[in-house]
Amino acid sequence: MYQQFKARAEGVSAEVYRFITNDAALEFIIEFLHKEGLADTTQSSALWADSSFLDGIDRDALQEIPGLKFEVTREAASKARFGISQMEWALADTGSLAQNSTAIEQRLVSSLSTIHIALVPTSGILPDMPSLLSRVNPKECAYLAMITGPSRTADIERVLTIGVHGPERLVIVFVDELGGKS
Amino acid sequence: MGKEFKESIHRAVNDANLTGALGKFSEAYKVNRAKAYEGIDFEELRGRIAELKSYAAGHLDELSDQFTRNAEAAGAIVFRTSDPTEVREYILKVARENNVKTVVKSKSMATEEIHLNPYLEKAGIEVGETDLGEWIIQLAGQTPSHMVMPAIHMTKEEVSDLFSKEVNERLTSDIPRLVKVAREKLRPTFLAADMGISGGNIAVAETGSIVLMTNEGNARLVTSLPKIHIALVGIEKLIEKFAEVATILKALPRSATAQLLTSYVSIITGQTPNSDGTRKNLHIILMDNRRSEMAADPKFKQALQCIRCASCLNVCPIFRLVGGHVFGKVYTGGIGTILTAWFDELKKSEDIQGLCIQCGACKDVCPGKIDIPDLIMEIRRRLVKDQGVPLLQKTIYAVVNNRKLFHGMLRAASIAGKPFASGKFIRHLPLFLADLTDGRSLPAIAEEPFRDRFKKIKQPKLKEKAAFYAGCLIDFAYPEMGESLIKILNKGGIEVVFPEDQTCCGAPARYNGAYEVAAANAVDNIKALLSEDVKYVISACPTCTVALEHEFISVFESLGHTEYLPEARRLAEKAVDFSTLVKKLVDEGRLTLKEGRALGKITYHDSCHLKRTLKVSEQPRELLQKAGYELAEMFECDTCCGMGGSYSLKLPEISGPILQRKLNNIKETGAPVVAMDCPGCVMQIRGGMDQDGANVKVRHTVELLAEQVE
Repeated sequence: MYQQFKARAEGVSAEVYRFITNDAALEFIIEFLHKEGLADTTQSSALWADSSFLDGIDRDALQEIPGLKFEVTREAASKARFGISQMEWALADTGSLAQNSTAIEQRLVSSLSTIHIALVPTSGILPDMPSLLSRVNPKECAYLAMITGPSRTADIERVLTIGVHGPERLVIVFVDELGGKS
Repeated sequence: MGKEFKESIHRAVNDANLTGALGKFSEAYKVNRAKAYEGIDFEELRGRIAELKSYAAGHLDELSDQFTRNAEAAGAIVFRTSDPTEVREYILKVARENNVKTVVKSKSMATEEIHLNPYLEKAGIEVGETDLGEWIIQLAGQTPSHMVMPAIHMTKEEVSDLFSKEVNERLTSDIPRLVKVAREKLRPTFLAADMGISGGNIAVAETGSIVLMTNEGNARLVTSLPKIHIALVGIEKLIEKFAEVATILKALPRSATAQLLTSYVSIITGQTPNSDGTRKNLHIILMDNRRSEMAADPKFKQALQCIRCASCLNVCPIFRLVGGHVFGKVYTGGIGTILTAWFDELKKSEDIQGLCIQCGACKDVCPGKIDIPDLIMEIRRRLVKDQGVPLLQKTIYAVVNNRKLFHGMLRAASIAGKPFASGKFIRHLPLFLADLTDGRSLPAIAEEPFRDRFKKIKQPKLKEKAAFYAGCLIDFAYPEMGESLIKILNKGGIEVVFPEDQTCCGAPARYNGAYEVAAANAVDNIKALLSEDVKYVISACPTCTVALEHEFISVFESLGHTEYLPEARRLAEKAVDFSTLVKKLVDEGRLTLKEGRALGKITYHDSCHLKRTLKVSEQPRELLQKAGYELAEMFECDTCCGMGGSYSLKLPEISGPILQRKLNNIKETGAPVVAMDCPGCVMQIRGGMDQDGANVKVRHTVELLAEQVE
């Protein structure tokens, strides 16, 4: 299912990576942030929303990185270049990610940033939407969000253009050892 | 048809930007849609959608109650009304109570339906559309021209002019740059807005959830940033079960934009936290505005199966020429014609219903399985019932309903038309064929109609008999097609009888909503065609065959006439189109085509009624190939040729360009012959080729096969 997901997600301009360990994924993310210009200014900062991934690593080491912040506010999110969040599920047949986004911070970092980095437990890959909807109880999930590729429009002369109101890049990082719901 | 309406058509078909953008889009759409549906059983899927939506349409009150209970239990406030005025007042009340100064909106056709923006603006509230297309047309002071792509009619240069004014900076027409400008310009608007207003793609009764889909991500911001969210949802968006969301989401993006899924889907169930820790002030308005009345109408109930994908616009040969503005201010295209007749008023659909050429392309792709052409016919019928038939048409139908008089006039026309004849074509035919325009020559009326020629044809005495239903065109314009048909059937062991009292199949009257006239035609034909004991009633005109197989019955049913229904059904059993019967004879070994011939390239045009109503497309192709032709398929082989009976007379400015496109597609194949199974299409395409001067022969399959039977 991972291969199908990867093909479908890349088909809609998402970038897909996969790591076995949390450490390898973290190393990739930090390197990626630096390469893409992470800096200690509001415009170049990264906001990392609360997630179980963060519980499994040494968070103190991350406090040292200039520009990387963990306190998600509306003001900070509206300016940050990077938003990092953990999505719970991936749908293989459409290349989509899904998350219980009831917590506003999860939505702020994934909707206002220019580059959204989404961590996903590899075990969260589901075949399709029916299998997702059978796992979600809307009573316990006020805001179920699905994300398929970056923000796009074709409203001017039908020309596909990436990055309107949402992120212009979606970087998906699968982690095998990241325990998730399945 | 009103003068203003005619002018709007004229403007649209002469707007090169519009027709260019729509034309390109419609061509790409067909290919991309097919790709998006790869590996999916579309018929099975739309069967499920039709079933679940039809159930919902039959239980609107119950589902509205259930939705209200569940959404309110989750913290939403649900307001239900049938009146658009109350919707506007409610939204303004909520705004006033919360001291709202600015509103951001994600795309909602329901708010267009009730003209919400001008209402709020008049009350001093600033309303910002955030969907890029909607924002563009808001800046331009226009209305959407397409349900899914509201600004498809505008060029990048026009957009760049609008944006330049908005940001006070001279912008180029670089599209990625323009999109960036929109992002930067609208971001502060989102952050400052006091209220977000959205529509709803789906409302789930079982859970009180609403589903919102966007590609741009604006609905996520509209529902997340302001502290108040109002969702305006038409009650036709209700479905019963949460799991059914997946069924609709499987079809909606594929049919709308040929995507597997939109970039963003949000399923919102009750209140969510705001960024300051408060709970969202969430209002959901369930709006009826005549939807319940529609559900109670046995004919129109199925229109509520619509999931608003707009694929009926995307495949419509008329829409791609005229675009949405000709249709009115809100809902456009095929389904839009129906929705306008209901949500606005029947009278408003008077002109736009006439745009439908009844080709059936939309019915084939509708994921809600709505018979859109049939519902448009029903609108036509009800309009005629309300308002009567225009005088000129009335005179024509009086003639058509009197076979002897009608045929007498056609005979007279063959003589009267003579001075204008050049070869096989004349420019003007008398009477109701009078208004024909340039771009197509018309056949001269035959000096000797088929009914007279028939008497001179010597046939062998054969046991099996078929009655030939010629239809007006073969009888009076193309009698040689009838002669070919007899030659072929005789070789296949069938003797042909020609019941003299047969008359017009009633299609012209029916297409104009004059069902009483069509019913009288049906009765005359039933009596004539069942007068002899035959195994088959064969026709070489698909429109006539459709009348025999389906329409006589449905016209009687629509009018509640039961007297001739059993006979109509008996006739339908016997009716068969030319290629289907001949294919059967060949398969059974009763008819052989000359073997081993190399007749060269041919291309085949699918006639609308044959392909989409009678579901016949392979039979003629196989026969022609068996006869020795090498088939070279043309682009858009099953797109309408623009004839549509009297359509080409009433709307020549639309029929003309459709024909041009067809001619070009035929010529592109390089085939020296184009075949088709409909004498109406032959008349349109042969006339077009004659004017065009291209050396392509336009033939009915019956003529080509008659040359190749052993």
